[in-house]
Amino acid sequence: MSTTIIWTIAIIALLGLVLAVVLYLVAERFKVVEDPRIDEVEKVMPGANCGGCGFAGCRAFADAAVKAPNLDNNYCPVGGNEVMKKVAAILGYEIKEKAPMVAVVRCNGSCEARPRINDYDGYASCRVKAALYSGDTGCSFGCLGCGDCVAACQFGAISMDPATGLPVVDQEKCTACGACAKACPKGIIELRPKGPRGMRMYVSCVNKEKGPAVKQACANACIGCGICQKTCQHEAVVVENNVAYIDPAKCKLCRECEAMCPTGAIHGVNFPKPLDKDAIKARIKERNAKAAEAAKAAAAAKAEEPKKEEA
Amino acid sequence: MSRRTFSMGGVHPADNKISRDCKIEVLPIPDTVYIHLGQHIGAPAKPIVAVGDKVKVGQPIAEPGGFVSAYIHSSVSGTVKSIAPRKDLAGNPQMCIEIAVEGDEWMEGIDTSDTIVTDFPDDAKTSLEKIKAAGIVGLGGATFPTHVKLMPPPGKKCDMLIINGCECEPYLTSDFRTLLEKGEQVAIGAAIIKNVLGVDKATIAIEDNKPEAIKHMNEVLTNLRKLSSKYAGISVMSLMKKYPEGGEKQLIDAVMHRQVKSGGLPIDVGAVVQNVATALAVYDAVQKNKPIVDNSVTVTGECFPKQANLLVRVGTPLKYIIDYLGGMPADAVKVISGGPMMGKAIANLDAATLKGTSALLFLTAKQTARGKEGNCIRCGKCAEACPMGLEPFLLNRLSRAGGMLDELEKNAVQDCIECGCCLYSCPANIPLLDVIRQSKAQVMGVIKARAAAAAAAKK
Amino acid sequence: MSKLLVSPSPHIHASVSTKSLMRDVVLALVPAAIVSVLFYGLGELVVLGTSIASCLVLEYLITRYLLKKDNSVGDWSAVVTGLLLALNLPASTPWWVVFIGAVVAIGVAKMTFGGLGQNVFNPALVGRVFLLVSFPTYMTNWESNGGLFGIADAFSGATPLGAIKEGLIALNAGTPGASTLSELTSQYGVSDLIFAHLGGSAGEISAIALLLGFGYLLLRKVVRPYITLSIWGTVALVSLAFSLAAPEQFTGPAFNLLTGGMILGSCFMATDYVTSPMSIKGGIIFGVGIGFITMMIRYFGSYPEGMSFAILIMNATVPLLNNWCHQRKYGRA
Repeated sequence: MSTTIIWTIAIIALLGLVLAVVLYLVAERFKVVEDPRIDEVEKVMPGANCGGCGFAGCRAFADAAVKAPNLDNNYCPVGGNEVMKKVAAILGYEIKEKAPMVAVVRCNGSCEARPRINDYDGYASCRVKAALYSGDTGCSFGCLGCGDCVAACQFGAISMDPATGLPVVDQEKCTACGACAKACPKGIIELRPKGPRGMRMYVSCVNKEKGPAVKQACANACIGCGICQKTCQHEAVVVENNVAYIDPAKCKLCRECEAMCPTGAIHGVNFPKPLDKDAIKARIKERNAKAAEAAKAAAAAKAEEPKKEEA
Repeated sequence: MSRRTFSMGGVHPADNKISRDCKIEVLPIPDTVYIHLGQHIGAPAKPIVAVGDKVKVGQPIAEPGGFVSAYIHSSVSGTVKSIAPRKDLAGNPQMCIEIAVEGDEWMEGIDTSDTIVTDFPDDAKTSLEKIKAAGIVGLGGATFPTHVKLMPPPGKKCDMLIINGCECEPYLTSDFRTLLEKGEQVAIGAAIIKNVLGVDKATIAIEDNKPEAIKHMNEVLTNLRKLSSKYAGISVMSLMKKYPEGGEKQLIDAVMHRQVKSGGLPIDVGAVVQNVATALAVYDAVQKNKPIVDNSVTVTGECFPKQANLLVRVGTPLKYIIDYLGGMPADAVKVISGGPMMGKAIANLDAATLKGTSALLFLTAKQTARGKEGNCIRCGKCAEACPMGLEPFLLNRLSRAGGMLDELEKNAVQDCIECGCCLYSCPANIPLLDVIRQSKAQVMGVIKARAAAAAAAKK
Repeated sequence: MSKLLVSPSPHIHASVSTKSLMRDVVLALVPAAIVSVLFYGLGELVVLGTSIASCLVLEYLITRYLLKKDNSVGDWSAVVTGLLLALNLPASTPWWVVFIGAVVAIGVAKMTFGGLGQNVFNPALVGRVFLLVSFPTYMTNWESNGGLFGIADAFSGATPLGAIKEGLIALNAGTPGASTLSELTSQYGVSDLIFAHLGGSAGEISAIALLLGFGYLLLRKVVRPYITLSIWGTVALVSLAFSLAAPEQFTGPAFNLLTGGMILGSCFMATDYVTSPMSIKGGIIFGVGIGFITMMIRYFGSYPEGMSFAILIMNATVPLLNNWCHQRKYGRA
């Protein structure tokens, strides 16, 4: 009896010893030497592994950041400047601060505004739908409404509004990783700067067709009339291919274009006060009148100048 | 009954060839035609007319926009009214030439008579030039420019020309009617293509549900052989009725017992496949100098008031065709361009026909509505039905898991021919093909990018 | 203009659905169920009724209230499970035992995996084996009060396989007066085994009724024959080899193919879509495995019958077989 116990203990101990040696040798043989800073960087990362930075995940980003000569091409949109400062501190690099971004849905073709002319009967995916036809409405550029963006978002920041049939971005949860923009086959989701205190202006339409056709398809569409471009004093609005685009870098958030837009395609969000269209229109009218007067005066002056010379 | 068919998979949907006895009828010319510049696979054509120009029937109005591209001709005589984007069958804006019809004046040199010209030029180059100039594209559905297909890459030899007269899709009858009514022309067209390719053997493959066509073509060939030795080596082959027999890869398997390797071309196994309608177009181009200005379209469906096989000018508005035959039936919910298995559902009835439009099929909600998707019961019917030997249930699962492109490629999603047999036979109504088509596109993208990178690395 | 319906191709669908397939299986089992009621009397009706009704009710309650999904009662799969479970039980099983079997079959074997199509093991078999292990006395009580219309007499005895096993044990223990194997098997005429014999689960007693149903399934292309044939082939080969080598110890092919759950198992349980391999190659390996394990249990195990265990064991290998065995693809070696 006792010999059995002794034998058992001996064999198990020996086995343990042999395996320990084997494990040690294997570990030595396959040891991977890694820069310890990769671990450090990974620790300060958000850990979402969303791929918004262009790398496969946070670990891949950390690896690339450590190997990169500077951080110009490595930016974590989810962590933003805060995280990037920490990363820069670890690696001893400088960072260029970037304005925080947010995903913006550039389609306002709600069920009401955009009458349906077709019904879809197939796998509920925007990608499948887009490969097949233009969509259920007369607009071949707008939201298809199957929610590929919702499925793509890891942060639960996008949801479909059942009333409008359009996706809604929760700007608090949005990390600007860009997954939704990539998932949208119509390319209507754009990453734009969040703006001061979240205030930002954008054109909520991407339809490149000519005015009358667009108007027929959707009541909320940009018809490319160009009033916004004429109104803007900062050259921030450009109409190209029958659709307006507001350059966030130039926009001064004066909301004049928004007030003048005949279809309501231009949206301003997070402004403390509601848009007072009449006041702005009056302001623009006054300014235009003044400008006209000034032009008149200038013309008159010009007309007089040669007279003076003659005289 | 023929026993000869392709070796794996396939399904047997009901024939429903209810328009098989309708003779091909010439549709009156509409007031306006809309001719799209993207009528074929490859680069869209470039317009060579301007707004206000007078054009005649058969006059080229757009030239190829690349190597894989084709000429487009005016299908009517009249004035070019606009060259602008217009919504196509899918509702997407595409460049389009609008022509207001005035009379029916044909280009000089086009023989519009019915006389059958049996003697064709021996010189392959002349024929090929004429085929290219006539803007001929594969009319079996793929609309691949024919002149490109008839120039096999150097070093590849063609053993057999197969003229595809299977018309395996339910409902469609335009190829069948063409064989019956224009069998001589098809046979001469086949002989011309055979001559261009410099191949000894040609086979006109017809499914055994069209015995009249098989009989007629045999008679036609017997008569032609008496006329000239140029018609030797062309035969008719009867195949067992099974969908998708008319698929290029399946047809080669059925006729030659050879299988095209994944990613390969039919010419790799010595085969070139051309559709019956294409052979007819080749005859018209080479013997009559007539480019593609019209094509036969089956208009059918149990709910449709009148069945018909119509000879339609390219660019005829769909509404015009529908109104000609008595208007849109009240219970039709879906209009399909092509057959029910591979045809495309039309989203915009204001659009016009293309060269490759072979049918307009009207289906009711009962015939076409998809059932509610249930759980996969792992019955394997999709794999049993797949003519490419794929496992749709697996591809569906991998696709939906997301990010499994490597696995999908390993399981040959890129070999899918999108015939629809899997979805057709799935008892749980799982949208297998909808999902697989997407992954296929993604995997094809990866494969192309890899090939491009490899080519760049070589340089 | 009216709206157009747009969907990806194909635009038509075969007239086959999960429901129609399941209904065909139910129809195919009807002859066996009728024979069992005729031979075992009203007791069998109670078993059938309890089993099907409890499977349906459980399926409804679980999908509706526990899983909160659309209920799947309409797809007939619960009817198939209930019917198969009932046919796998002795006609004398009390209703509450049947109910427990249904709870295990639907609740444990099917729904915990996610419902139809997700389960690894055949639900009816899990239910049966659970009862066999938990209530051995009820599960081996083959008594019957006689069939309807005087077709069968009252019966109390063992199944053919059970009788052979007992007999062999007695024989090998050297019990005086024990019958030899040939004496034991001679009690069972082949024609009795084919048409109907007493002793056994309700669904096992008539080979011809089961084969009739299986023929219907083949005709309707609901199942393909390769799994069944490979089971039969393996059983025939194994039993032939053993019975030739030692005829006094091992029963022969005809006896093994016609007794116990062989026909019911090979035609209806092993061919269950969900728990059998997808490919033909996989199916053949699966069938050979079932045949072999069944024969090993019958010859050397302590249970007289091994079909249920063999199928369940091979069910576990299905994911692996699906991974290994793929069908030949076009244009690929």
